Amino acid sequence: MTVSPAVPKSWYLPSKPHKFCPGCGHGIVLKALGEAIDELDIQDKTIFGCDIGCSLLSWDFFNCDSTQTHHGRTTPVMVGIKRSRPELVTIGYMGDGGGYSIGSQHLLNAAVRNERVTLILVNNTNYGMTGGQMAPTTLPGQKTETTPYGRDPDVTGYPTKGPEFLSALTQDDAYIARATVSNYRQLKRFIKNALCNQIEGNGFSFVEVLSTCPTNWRTNAQQTLHFLEDEMEKYFPVGELKNPLGKGDK
Amino acid sequence: MQSTIGESKKAFMTGNETVTWAALAAGAEVMFGYPITPQNEVMHYWTRLAPKFGREFLQTEDEISAGFTVCGAVQAGKKAFTATAGPGNVLMQEPFGMAEAMRLPLVAVIQQRGGPSSGTVVYSQQEVTLTTYGGNGEGNRIVYSTATHQEIFDYVIKGFNSAWKYRFPTFILGDGYQAKMREPLTIYEPQERGIEMVTPYPLIGKAGHIGADREVQHLCNIYSLEEELYDVVMQHAAEYERIIPELVEYEQKECDDAEIIIVSHGVVSRAADDAVKLLRDQGIKAGYFRPITLRPFPEQQLRDTIAKSGAKKMLVAESAYGQLFRLIRQEIYGETIPIETLLMPGVGIIDYDIMTKVKSIL
Repeated sequence: MTVSPAVPKSWYLPSKPHKFCPGCGHGIVLKALGEAIDELDIQDKTIFGCDIGCSLLSWDFFNCDSTQTHHGRTTPVMVGIKRSRPELVTIGYMGDGGGYSIGSQHLLNAAVRNERVTLILVNNTNYGMTGGQMAPTTLPGQKTETTPYGRDPDVTGYPTKGPEFLSALTQDDAYIARATVSNYRQLKRFIKNALCNQIEGNGFSFVEVLSTCPTNWRTNAQQTLHFLEDEMEKYFPVGELKNPLGKGDK
Repeated sequence: MQSTIGESKKAFMTGNETVTWAALAAGAEVMFGYPITPQNEVMHYWTRLAPKFGREFLQTEDEISAGFTVCGAVQAGKKAFTATAGPGNVLMQEPFGMAEAMRLPLVAVIQQRGGPSSGTVVYSQQEVTLTTYGGNGEGNRIVYSTATHQEIFDYVIKGFNSAWKYRFPTFILGDGYQAKMREPLTIYEPQERGIEMVTPYPLIGKAGHIGADREVQHLCNIYSLEEELYDVVMQHAAEYERIIPELVEYEQKECDDAEIIIVSHGVVSRAADDAVKLLRDQGIKAGYFRPITLRPFPEQQLRDTIAKSGAKKMLVAESAYGQLFRLIRQEIYGETIPIETLLMPGVGIIDYDIMTKVKSIL
């Protein structure tokens, strides 16, 4: 007997099965996002914008209106949409390169301006789509295609801690959190909070999600989980940094 | 639409202020901008006037963001625009390219300054190549080069309509002189002149339930296969070619018996116009040809003008080192008329300069 997996109502079925690599965390993030969209009943008014890189593979993931932009430019496009149509729920979906490197000026200024958008940034410590180069989030000593002997912080600095710097830039009405694909229920709760914070008109909402990239990490399942849970979560603390909704992480 | 100007009236204002009034009259709902000289006063006037008419403004973190927020706003169904110059125009090529690729009705006012790089903040015609063919695409853009404040007003209004009718990014190409100097013009509401403004519409976020009332919209801007992209680009090219006759605009004077045809665009064409009159007073049969649309270029019209006149020479005059000249050569390939040039990058050209040049080559 075959049992179909439970899929969110807001998923776009013709684009399934999805195109992410085996073991990639994107599918988990997008499932959590899909369930959050369902539970908040916002499918019809959601605009999903995806960045360039692996996140782009989600462009037709949802049965929600979506748009594509350029690498790093999802944030300003979402800002333009949200400012034009405040009744819409705008979700920008990007990787660590798009958010923290090429689009960092947009990310930090959107935070400063308290733009009422929800941004979900998937941190897998490398540029996946382009073939595994160093990202702003690559851990010290981590080998990538452009740091073949390991990332040397003396040369390229230490990994970017996005939620921390965004917390420093925002006021109390922003929602800032870091989740991980290793804790699905928490991940979904954070994403839902980030959407609620936008819907309630509070302000800037941001969730970084620690995720996996076995293809470019060249890890098996066990090593992949080990890197996520022991290496990444040690450097990037998981939790809510700002939650104006008064519904703290329990 | 809410009345902005009321009855048409005479005005005496700068080109940048003219842009603002025209954008208001055209029904622009939001401007996204970033400071750069010489376009700043477009924002200054807009930020003062827009709230009175329920219009919006955002000063973004850079020109890249200004262009992309416009891209987002027009996808959401708002008449949005930006204004920039020089290095800002360089940065905006990225969002302009997206507007080309996704057929977004983006409107941008370019007030050319000196280049390359930061150049000067004053004036040039050195952003012709960038505005017409910038980006990693095929130049599917509509570019109006204005010469007077009246034209700035007229073509900003027309530009919004072209953008929303044809859905190619549309540019009003001015310059620092036009931006900063004051001159008289008549400002008016389009309706008063019988100009019907195209109503904007959303590409995403339409009303109704997905699946029941409407289809889901997945806007695509990157393709997996060469053939997919090929089909899209070829379709855009075909549509662009199709609308060329509807878009092309030019001005031509005294060419029928001209021995020499002076070709210029934008503010330089005012000097050319004067030069033709003065040369004719002195018995030199000069003619005047001016492309108003640089994209699409009035190719056939220029070819016809050359053929009909039987002119012996053509003179291209511009405040750049051959950007219009290059455009013309590409457009009228095969014509054998000798072309002389008066190329003065980043500085103004007056009638005397053109007359002197004409006399030296005839």
